[in-house]
Amino acid sequence: MKKDATVLEENGEEAKKQASKFSIAYLSERLDDFFGQVDTFTRFTLRFFKEAFMPPYEVNEFLKQCYLVGNKSLPLVGLTALIMGLVFTMQSRPTLTKFGAQSWLPAMVAIAMIREISPVITALICAGKVGSGIGAELASMRVTEQIDAMEVSGNRPFKYLVVTRVMAITLMVPLLAIFSDSISLLGSFIGVNLQGDTTAKLFLSHIFEKLDFIDVFPAIIKTFFFGFAIGIISCYKGYNSNSGTEGVGRAANTSVVQASLTIFIIDMLAVQVANFFT
Amino acid sequence: MGTAAAEKSSPEGDIITIDHLKKSFGGHEVLKDISLKLAKGENLVIMGKSGTGKSVLIKCIVRLIEPDAGEIKILGKDVLKLNADELNDVRKKIGFLFQSAALYDSMTVRENLEFPLREVRKKNEEIEQMVEEALKNVGLLDVIDKMPSELSGGMRKRIGLARTLILRPEVILYDEPNTGLDPITTREISKLIVELKDKYQTSSIIITHDSECARITANRIMIINEGLCVAEGTYEELEKSEDEFVSSFFTKQD
Ligand SMILES: Nc1ncnc2c1ncn2[C@@H]1O[C@H](COP(=O)(O)OP(=O)(O)O)[C@@H](O)[C@H]1O
Ligand SMILES: [Mg+2]
Repeated sequence: MKKDATVLEENGEEAKKQASKFSIAYLSERLDDFFGQVDTFTRFTLRFFKEAFMPPYEVNEFLKQCYLVGNKSLPLVGLTALIMGLVFTMQSRPTLTKFGAQSWLPAMVAIAMIREISPVITALICAGKVGSGIGAELASMRVTEQIDAMEVSGNRPFKYLVVTRVMAITLMVPLLAIFSDSISLLGSFIGVNLQGDTTAKLFLSHIFEKLDFIDVFPAIIKTFFFGFAIGIISCYKGYNSNSGTEGVGRAANTSVVQASLTIFIIDMLAVQVANFFT
Repeated sequence: MGTAAAEKSSPEGDIITIDHLKKSFGGHEVLKDISLKLAKGENLVIMGKSGTGKSVLIKCIVRLIEPDAGEIKILGKDVLKLNADELNDVRKKIGFLFQSAALYDSMTVRENLEFPLREVRKKNEEIEQMVEEALKNVGLLDVIDKMPSELSGGMRKRIGLARTLILRPEVILYDEPNTGLDPITTREISKLIVELKDKYQTSSIIITHDSECARITANRIMIINEGLCVAEGTYEELEKSEDEFVSSFFTKQD
């Protein structure tokens, strides 16, 4: 008898849980959760700006992080850029030939690469390689109490860990994007030469005839924002991770997903802003 | 500053005083009402079952966790009212040995020990000397250039202890310094705690489950259960206790 009663009760609980997924209470709970996240993220970002400008500066750690970011992503960024430049050239050739605009090929590829493809691809690669690494690293430092240990020894872990990493990525993504631009042009040059014969000089003069300041400048500016987004999101996820070992994997994963999404959103806004000024 | 006089009058008295400390997580009351005093040069051992909030208690002392209510004074300073810079100054006088040792994975042993000294303006040779002395104290000078991942559990704890000692803290908080170690290493660490106390006149709070560690290190023992202090006294007093719960900490389980 008694057993049945408890079973019934449990079923009732279960049903309540099911129903509650669609209830207003559940919705408001999720909204609370969401705005709570927004709130802590905003505080985290503000704290970054506050501590970034306050001495002492962690120059050595900053340089080390710059080196690590570059070292981790340089080969992958280079290889991807080379292939993208090559493939994009080969894909565009038939269409341009059809319209008799074959001489436009180098410039068109260069503009597409520099304005859009290269910055976004570079940022996505960095989000995947560096962002996930930072998310996991800081989360595991949190779980194993290393961040607490820094704090109780009177050192400032936020400055040492977060500020240096965010600044390093913010600086390195633009540099990597410029590197990627150049390599993709090399890829395009190879692509152009696969059918036909163009000297490097002619290839470059074709490009620089058509390439404008407005093609290059906004594209580089936006990569700073890409870098900052990757850094601040992955540091936030890692630094505030608080749920044991599984949190480490989750921090790495959500860092990549949210950073990538943010990169596309920034990209979309950047187009609007750039168009506004032209 | 009305507390200035009080601050001056206390140096010979209590190093830490905690009054009516409370802390809950969600609805779960972890610390219900804890008060304690730590005298200068004293080793206070805190015992209690796993999950009774011993770690929470000593993390409150250094404000890694913010308590809900109560008062904590360290070296005459009201810790809960300090701003970030003042808190950092107090923290530098407190050593904290984490349950997991919390060595910095990405740094060598040497860099681990140098890390707390980063804000101390000293010459390189002096820092080198301090690092070596700290390692000698724990008998591990030969692993100075190893990474933490190459060390055994006992070695990690001892390196953690060396890192804690390097700032010459007046107070050391040990969170289970010998849990998860074999009996011999356990005894070595307990003896080390006593040696360090005699050498540097530190006052300590030591959390442990191990009755032998308590016997070796404790001047006084406090037993915590369900967020309250249930017994207090010297090792000899508590060992003879009639209370079943208290004496269960001192019976050898073979
Ligand atoms: N940051 C936290 N958030 C929520 N609950 C916590 C937190 N830290 C500790 N607790 C809870 O407090 C209780 C006591 O934990 P702890 O102090 O680690 O126990 P122990 O006495 O074994 O050191 C546990 O039930 C734990 O779940
Ligand atoms: Mg504990």
